[in-house]
Amino acid sequence: MAASEREDGFTVLWLQSGGCGGCTMSLLCAEAPDLFTTLDSAGIRFLWHPSFSEATGEEVTAMLEAVCAGETRLDALCVEGSLLRGPNGTGRFHVLAGTDTPMVRWVERLAAVARYTLAIGTCAAFGGVTSAGPNPTEACGLQYEGEQSGGLLGDAYRSGAGLPVINVAGCPTHPGWVLETLMTLALDGMGDPLLDDLARPALYTDHLVHHGCARNEYYEYKASAEVPSDLGCMMEHMGCLGTQARADCNIRPWNGTGSCTDGGYPCVNCTAPEFEEPGHHFLETPKVAGIPIGLPTDMPKAWFVALASLAKSATPRRVRENAVADHIVNSPAKEHDGE
Amino acid sequence: MSRLVVGPFNRVEGDLEVRIEAEAGQVSSAWVNSPMYRGFEQILHGKDPGDALVYAPRICGICSVSQSVAAAHAVRDALGAEAPPNGERLTNLVLAAENLADHFTHFYLFFMPDFARAAYEGRAWHPDVVRRFRAEQGAAATDAVAARAAFMNLMGVLAGKWPHTHTVQAGGAAKGVTGAEKLRVLSLLGQFRRYLEEHTFGDRLETVAALAGGSDLAAWAAERGPEGSDLARFLRVAEDVGLAELGRSHDRFMSYGSYPFQGERLFPGGVFAGGDLMPLDADAIREDLYSSWMSGAREPVHPYEGVTLPDAEREEAYSWCKAPRLAGRPVEVGALARQVVAGHPLIRELVAETGGNVRNRVVARLLELARVVPAMEAWARAIEPGEPFYREPGALQEGEGAGLVEAARGSLGHWIRVHNGRILNYQIVAPTTWNFSPRDRDGVPGPLEAALEGAPVGADERTPVAVQHVVRSFDPCMVCTVH
Repeated sequence: MAASEREDGFTVLWLQSGGCGGCTMSLLCAEAPDLFTTLDSAGIRFLWHPSFSEATGEEVTAMLEAVCAGETRLDALCVEGSLLRGPNGTGRFHVLAGTDTPMVRWVERLAAVARYTLAIGTCAAFGGVTSAGPNPTEACGLQYEGEQSGGLLGDAYRSGAGLPVINVAGCPTHPGWVLETLMTLALDGMGDPLLDDLARPALYTDHLVHHGCARNEYYEYKASAEVPSDLGCMMEHMGCLGTQARADCNIRPWNGTGSCTDGGYPCVNCTAPEFEEPGHHFLETPKVAGIPIGLPTDMPKAWFVALASLAKSATPRRVRENAVADHIVNSPAKEHDGE
Repeated sequence: MSRLVVGPFNRVEGDLEVRIEAEAGQVSSAWVNSPMYRGFEQILHGKDPGDALVYAPRICGICSVSQSVAAAHAVRDALGAEAPPNGERLTNLVLAAENLADHFTHFYLFFMPDFARAAYEGRAWHPDVVRRFRAEQGAAATDAVAARAAFMNLMGVLAGKWPHTHTVQAGGAAKGVTGAEKLRVLSLLGQFRRYLEEHTFGDRLETVAALAGGSDLAAWAAERGPEGSDLARFLRVAEDVGLAELGRSHDRFMSYGSYPFQGERLFPGGVFAGGDLMPLDADAIREDLYSSWMSGAREPVHPYEGVTLPDAEREEAYSWCKAPRLAGRPVEVGALARQVVAGHPLIRELVAETGGNVRNRVVARLLELARVVPAMEAWARAIEPGEPFYREPGALQEGEGAGLVEAARGSLGHWIRVHNGRILNYQIVAPTTWNFSPRDRDGVPGPLEAALEGAPVGADERTPVAVQHVVRSFDPCMVCTVH
């Protein structure tokens, strides 16, 4: 029987801890159809969501206890935000209001009874921005701490359905990534989601941010932007990691139409662990002997150097001049001879 | 006397706990606890100042543009740089889009669903409010959410994505807007205007913005009727439940002023108290740590001198939130404060009559929807494609600067000090830090703590609904509070 045909639907409990709430705000940007229509049509029902549900206070703690006791079925536990283990492992940096109990202890109990456990956003997946710098709150992800498997629940954790934590990473995560992952789980017939090597749903990490980037012609010719608002490719000088970042941001639009590269700024690879500490200025490309250290995924360095050199020498004037302007100064129609 | 601990508090941003003592059916004292700490000020220490523009939006997913703008202004201030006019217009547009989306979300998803609760069964308006506002199931859960998502396409066009755009920079905007994109922005604004005029107000935005006083508002609502106007629906509920008599605080209001363009602000800043408008002295801001789980100086200090170091062992403390004070006293911030400071006649009169309260906070938010959309249309029309949006400001090696902006929830300040090209100190005072601050060393309660005193508590209420109205009337953002 499909989950959507069950009397009470596919039940989701959503909790927020050491994050900014941005993944929920992003979820609200789901469009055509809107969030609640999408959930309803897939038979997905929130047991509780901190931003949307009517229940508050003791109604919520009673519900949480009923879930932990197995009286209420929990299909998917969604955790947004890092898990705050500090100070000194006590979890006191986030005590769930009204319960006198650290959120990490609630998450451990709930994850033990959930059929699926989902990390919503890079904070919950890998620790994210909350774990940056000296990591003052001992923040980690549900099953990762940066690139290292483990995190709060440990490497061996498997949810009721036998899966590791599903990492719907992104800072924020895209509403489509969350909803399609939940829908895949809710519609039993579609089976379990395909996960990549960091347990992220392959439905969006089978792509690179580079795919569909509107700046691809500039990339082809290595015609590079030099300052913010320039139209050129941002890989060479401005730290753009779109050729290495796994996500479909330039195929699946954000807010109807955009992406980071469309907004004029480089991809910082926010779906990846440890993106929050690149080891250099976010908006600068580290280089050795003039060659970027981070090369496009799958590309041998020698080929990159050869192709870049060839491409630069073949760059049309139109592309070269537009790359360092904030608007089109040479349109294709104006140029007939290529130089 | 009875004691209650209320939480988790939903339909606010982040986690919140309120401890109350009740006597004779009403709250006698309240303590507001922000039960989570994140540590952005510690995270930013030692970073490149330019990188603050990547970290700062992630302080808060609901006002991430406000955080970006505050960070960009702080760095710009330290550099003595300026943004080109197009950069200011674009920044105002995305900041306004975020602020208005917040007001809109607050009204439809966070605040109004409380009146659809079973506690209000039997009231004449209840079936209509259930149909329109019931959490997750009311008509607005679908149509207002869709209208909000469509409005946020502005962010897709102008800022790439929301939340956590990096378009806003110290040198202006990283995005040059084309003529076609400018038209798209105007279309999206027209679409949002239509929703507001058909559903939220049932009237022209300009008519609502021109309401000049409390009797004007009452006459307008009586003529309009609650059918087809969510504002009139709210006013009917507010009258019946007595929301103008609920949630009054210290009645000292502060605004940094909002939407700067070429040195002028659409809403000027200041302090309003006792019927008088006074200039704002930002040098008189101090943060008091007495009731906070923070180590640091016993004397309250200005954010330039402030430190943020958690100390969970402080015995007298009860919140991760600090207690900011202006000239030693608490102030309320938010849309009501912004509009009373800016001198809007309707809000000045409502405050003169009944002070800051649940009804007036909500009316001020909706009024901003009516006032700011036309301003956005003007900024969008004035964008000049082909003219610069960004001017390279140079790298910040030494210096200090402040970024004082108005987020939806009120005054947001970032203070940065840079030495040898690295952040030496970065301090953030968010709107909810002002509104939900704990007691200071003189025992003076923060604005929400004061506003809760006197709220009715039913004999069998464990999570008093009046307490919920007061809390949500501030539209709190706890993740900002604790960074």
